[in-house]
Amino acid sequence: MELASCNITNSAPLGRSGAPYMVQDKSGKSQRVRHKSMQFEDNQLCEEDSRLIYINDPRRTNEKYEFTGNEIRTSKYTILTFLPKNLFIQFHRVAYLYFLAIAALNQLPPLAVFGRTVSLFPLLFVLSVTAVKDGYEDWRRHRSDRKENNREALVLQSGEFRPKRWKDIEAGEVVKIFADETIPCDMVLLGTSDSSGLAYIQTMNLDGESNLKTRYARQETASAEFEGFSVSGLIRCEQPNRNVYEFTANMEFDRQKFPLTQSNIILRGCQLKNTDWVIGVVVYAGQETKAMLNSATSPSKRSKLESYMNRETFWLSVFLFVMCFVVALGMGLWLVRHKEQLDTLPYYRKRYFTMGKDYKKTYKYYGIPMETFFSFLSSIIVFQIMIPISLYITMELVRLGQSYFMIGDKHMYDSASDSRFQCRSLNINEDLGQIRYIFSDKTGTLTENKMLFRRASVFGKDYGDYEHVGDLLQETNTAGGTVHRRKWKLKSEITVDSKLMKLLHKKSNEEERLAAHNFFLTLAACNTVIPIIHDDMEMIEYQGESPDEQALVSAASAYGYTLFERTSGHIVIDVNGEKLRLDVLGLHEFDSVRKRMSVVIRFPDDTVKVLVKGADSSMFSVITKDIESGDHLWHETQDHLTQYSLQGLRTLVVAARDLTALELEQWQCRYEDASTSLTERALKLRQTAALIESNLSLLGATAIEDKLQEGVPETIESLRQAGIKVWVLTGDKQETAISIGLSCKLLMTDMQHIVINGNSEAECRNLLADAKIKYGVDERNENLKQRSGAESNNQGLHYDTKSFEKPQWNSVKEEKLNAPLALVIDGNSLVYILEKDLESELFDLATACRVVLCCRVAPLQKAGIVDLVKSRTDDMTLAIGDGANDVSMIQMADVGVGICGQEGRQAVMAADFAMGQFRFLKRLLLVHGHWNYQRVAYLVLYNFYRNAVFVLMLFWYILCTAFSTTSALTDWSSMFYSIIYTSVPTIVVGILDKDLSHKTLLQYPKLYCAGHRHEAYNMRLFWITMVDTLWQSLVLFYVPVFTYRESSIDIWSLGSLWTIAVVVLVNIHLAMDIQRWVAITHAAVWGSIIITYACMVVLDSIPVFPNYWTIYHLVGSPKYWITILLIIVVALLPRFFLKVLGQIFWPSDIQIAREAEVLKWPGHVQPKGKQAST
Amino acid sequence: MKAPIYIYYQLDNYYQNHRRYVKSRSDKQLLDGLQNNDTSSCKPEESNGGLPVVPCGLVAWSLFNDSYIFTRGAVPLKVNRKNIAWKSDRDHKFGKRVYPFNFQNGSLIGGGKLDPHIPLSDQEDLIVWMRTAALPSFRKLYGRIEEDLHPSDLITVNLTNNYNTYSFGGAKKLVLSTSSWLGGKNDFLGVFYIFVGSSCIFISLVFLLLHLKDSR
Repeated sequence: MELASCNITNSAPLGRSGAPYMVQDKSGKSQRVRHKSMQFEDNQLCEEDSRLIYINDPRRTNEKYEFTGNEIRTSKYTILTFLPKNLFIQFHRVAYLYFLAIAALNQLPPLAVFGRTVSLFPLLFVLSVTAVKDGYEDWRRHRSDRKENNREALVLQSGEFRPKRWKDIEAGEVVKIFADETIPCDMVLLGTSDSSGLAYIQTMNLDGESNLKTRYARQETASAEFEGFSVSGLIRCEQPNRNVYEFTANMEFDRQKFPLTQSNIILRGCQLKNTDWVIGVVVYAGQETKAMLNSATSPSKRSKLESYMNRETFWLSVFLFVMCFVVALGMGLWLVRHKEQLDTLPYYRKRYFTMGKDYKKTYKYYGIPMETFFSFLSSIIVFQIMIPISLYITMELVRLGQSYFMIGDKHMYDSASDSRFQCRSLNINEDLGQIRYIFSDKTGTLTENKMLFRRASVFGKDYGDYEHVGDLLQETNTAGGTVHRRKWKLKSEITVDSKLMKLLHKKSNEEERLAAHNFFLTLAACNTVIPIIHDDMEMIEYQGESPDEQALVSAASAYGYTLFERTSGHIVIDVNGEKLRLDVLGLHEFDSVRKRMSVVIRFPDDTVKVLVKGADSSMFSVITKDIESGDHLWHETQDHLTQYSLQGLRTLVVAARDLTALELEQWQCRYEDASTSLTERALKLRQTAALIESNLSLLGATAIEDKLQEGVPETIESLRQAGIKVWVLTGDKQETAISIGLSCKLLMTDMQHIVINGNSEAECRNLLADAKIKYGVDERNENLKQRSGAESNNQGLHYDTKSFEKPQWNSVKEEKLNAPLALVIDGNSLVYILEKDLESELFDLATACRVVLCCRVAPLQKAGIVDLVKSRTDDMTLAIGDGANDVSMIQMADVGVGICGQEGRQAVMAADFAMGQFRFLKRLLLVHGHWNYQRVAYLVLYNFYRNAVFVLMLFWYILCTAFSTTSALTDWSSMFYSIIYTSVPTIVVGILDKDLSHKTLLQYPKLYCAGHRHEAYNMRLFWITMVDTLWQSLVLFYVPVFTYRESSIDIWSLGSLWTIAVVVLVNIHLAMDIQRWVAITHAAVWGSIIITYACMVVLDSIPVFPNYWTIYHLVGSPKYWITILLIIVVALLPRFFLKVLGQIFWPSDIQIAREAEVLKWPGHVQPKGKQAST
Repeated sequence: MKAPIYIYYQLDNYYQNHRRYVKSRSDKQLLDGLQNNDTSSCKPEESNGGLPVVPCGLVAWSLFNDSYIFTRGAVPLKVNRKNIAWKSDRDHKFGKRVYPFNFQNGSLIGGGKLDPHIPLSDQEDLIVWMRTAALPSFRKLYGRIEEDLHPSDLITVNLTNNYNTYSFGGAKKLVLSTSSWLGGKNDFLGVFYIFVGSSCIFISLVFLLLHLKDSR
């Protein structure tokens, strides 16, 4: 029963070990990454830093330390704290502070530009909308918290188990859980209904994996009675942390001291399955449970476009400052010039001349310097929307809308897993349009992670050709199979090779048949898979943590070796109808050093065998070469392994041997010692394993197909055409990685492979240097920086070709160099490279290559590689993966995409976007990324324009009012302009506009390069827009001024005219740029103009407003209408003219494609370069 | 000149659009009169000697008060001074029962006085004046001559110069103008339309040529 302490974490040959969690804090960066990647040893429990739990003595446990209770709170506010706290949180945004500052300035008497209520309107509007939203969300959280906290569990109270509410449970208490109940807190198992202390849990809520995991109560405690007795003991465990894969502790119980590991703890949120009950002691409660610690959201990312936007916002602030300065200066000068007249000037009159207490006092006049200063401040108030603060809110709404359509895209719906596309982050939609590097995980991302047993090499013979089997297969199935095998229905159907089947059914005892027998016995026995038999004994389902093992066990079952019962002490295998009970004496877990797994089995006839399976690289060193047949067998098997590898199959070598009584005794002694050892347990177990994992006799090898996901090669091809570099980072071995690379068209046969496999720093340095000289890669660091830093140069598109024309390149090698390069590098080398100053060398080499394959990389190395690229370029990076091992990489990259695959939901939880299949990436980037980028880029520019044209119009007018910051527009119109009059069309266009149809975008991936070239948003466009804005504002101001020069027009009529003119102008400007009109766009654009008129009519119908009845007078005058027409035509004429000229003479790829679309040239257009244009 | 001929007075360099000036009025008071107590917006002309001023504020205080008498030859020309303000203002914006009160009683006289027996809704000069102008050179309607004037007619204008332009260094003008469907005479629109129209025709010709030369 020593087995109890073996943990069941990882038997996957991939070594998908559980340390990927720690990059949560961004500061860690690569330093930390390197450190972690080296660390494979056990954590030692540091005495001072541990927490002490006295079993069944909550009072003593909680007396010294303040452990949290089990009450959880995910809500942020209470009724009392809601208002202050919510406001506090809201005002963390700079935008709101700006709003607040402006509103506060406006409350000062000398500055009261707008009415007091009017000036508070925008701020209050935004604040209350957000507060209502936050309040509602929090109310829902409160409700679910209450429900959760009031659930009940049985707690040992004065000798018997009594129900207690979850929120009252404390650390140190003993809790009893029944089958299918949810576990209320993190508990160390003390006993279970199973006599050997076994329990099964489902961790669905924690990591999304639906398969069952085994947990054990220690033997020492499993037999103890709890009810009616006072139990005592002490657990010393580590401080609460968020790593769900590790738990280090030890327990003193019954004067025995023994270690506890991850397999002894059950975590909050998991469910107990297939076990009647368990008893455990609470070690972490409430907020300190691992589930709660992990519920923190991943750090939010900000889109690149937004950071560019801030640069332009700076320029806008400069404009704002200049304008305010001009107004203040003008005001100052004007005051100096009219100093003498100020008292009596009818329109200034700084003094009271009325009888009363104020007689001869000055009114709102504080001297020329102060007046100048106030004039500066009040112009900031008037010009406040120059800084488009509402843009941030608009962008949020737009992204929300974009996400809605991305989520609803039925082309990104995966029917197999019934998963839609998910947008988990709403900040970086537009970044999807500018991705240049994709870092992809292999298993589960490029491949399905559905392992299929494909081929087997048994005793030097290769099996697994199904082509010719056909009917024969049916025959064997019915002939040989009906008797027993039909009894075990597997969840997945496996085709069997009839030749191998026949061999197994031979009644002879020849060596080959024995080997085949042992081969399948090993497959069925040497694993940690749990068979789950469904009700009527018809269906059997295998649950395990490694899909490879599931595939092997299923295969064994298909060949008649069905594993159908597993307890901690024995397993039962149905061998062709005959039940074989095998005692499991010991089990050596798979680990990343040995790369193999072994079980020691006692057969009913008392023979003891060790059965081993493992990676070929590690197995051949422990297999004896048999002299007669061995050599042949050895070579044959190795040949087969190479073949399998080349086909992209994952291989394992299977071996076994008999143990003599002496060996067994020796081993048992060491094993017992090692598995209870407190220090260096892993090492000791490894040494013990080495005792028996030697002189093995080779049985054969298995080949499992890791099926490529649908559409992967096409997707990769398209992404490459789109100018995106795809790097694959995998934990698999080099050969497998290369073969997968080939099969998914990532690697081409005509590519030059550079392989870096170094075992020391010096070796790596040499390899890198050699490769660089050989392939003529020079220091391109500055070069690259330049390229990515520059705004809109078109180098990007021709990047590859240009770099080949570089003069420095050795002309002799020119021929050779024209072949694209592929870099293959393994994790070992990366350890040295990422650690030392070789990083930049690797970066130079890697960026020169078209494809980079990193194999055997540890999870944190993945993040290191992403960081390598991210920190050295301005290019956008995207990481895509499905497993817990990809979490660090996903969080590190600019955009993280999770695949809802078989490996749980951790990648999805950490990702910004999640989807069901890798192939959706093509659509996500080429279609949605492109659209989102174009839309948001245009939205930003348009918002700058929209606000600036309005502000400039006000500015010109102020110059005509003796610099007195008068606005001709009514206060309400000024406030409504960006909130009501013009906001809806921008949002609608930002969500719905499509420059090209998705068909075109998918057909010509090159169109994606527009994003790389920053085509839709850059400094040049910004300045062009600003010049255009200046022109339009001048037209907007001067056309009415000249028209109504020396006329009797009043200020409100002119203001009304300007309000309408500017709203119509910006909407028609927008209309000119809309590419795709749908009903809702029409409604938004024309609707806003109508709404503006409606608002004007309402505002002009209130007699106490000075602008009463203005609009009614205006609409009756033809002059009004023809002035507006003139403004629109003159303001937009230059823009229209230049736009058309640009499209005729210098069309961009997108414009060409659009023309092709409009003119419906099927496949005629080649939007590859600019030459195809005119 | 065909009737109606509009008589405007024009003021130059008079910033009726100055912020201190535009805001210095109480629209509530204009409608409700003394019932409305809050005249703080009218400062520095909201009360005098402790009593509120109706109509308060700088705008009303600085009411233009020149007057003109027109004669053709020796015959006085009739100038209609009714209906020069907007009907909407007369009917709904200026109170029918609001009478000037304590007006122009301060130590500094800003302009015209008002007959305290005529309600504000009938003080059309005030109503016109209080539609403050948008630009620093502006015209305001004084009245209408409802007879045709002929080329040979000699018109004599007898004007009473009450309004002080020295305080703001401005100029006064008197303008007689007829009105077309486009309002008063202003060449700007016409000239500019012709200019823009021809530019558009030119641009469209250029585009047409480009299209013919290389049609895609």
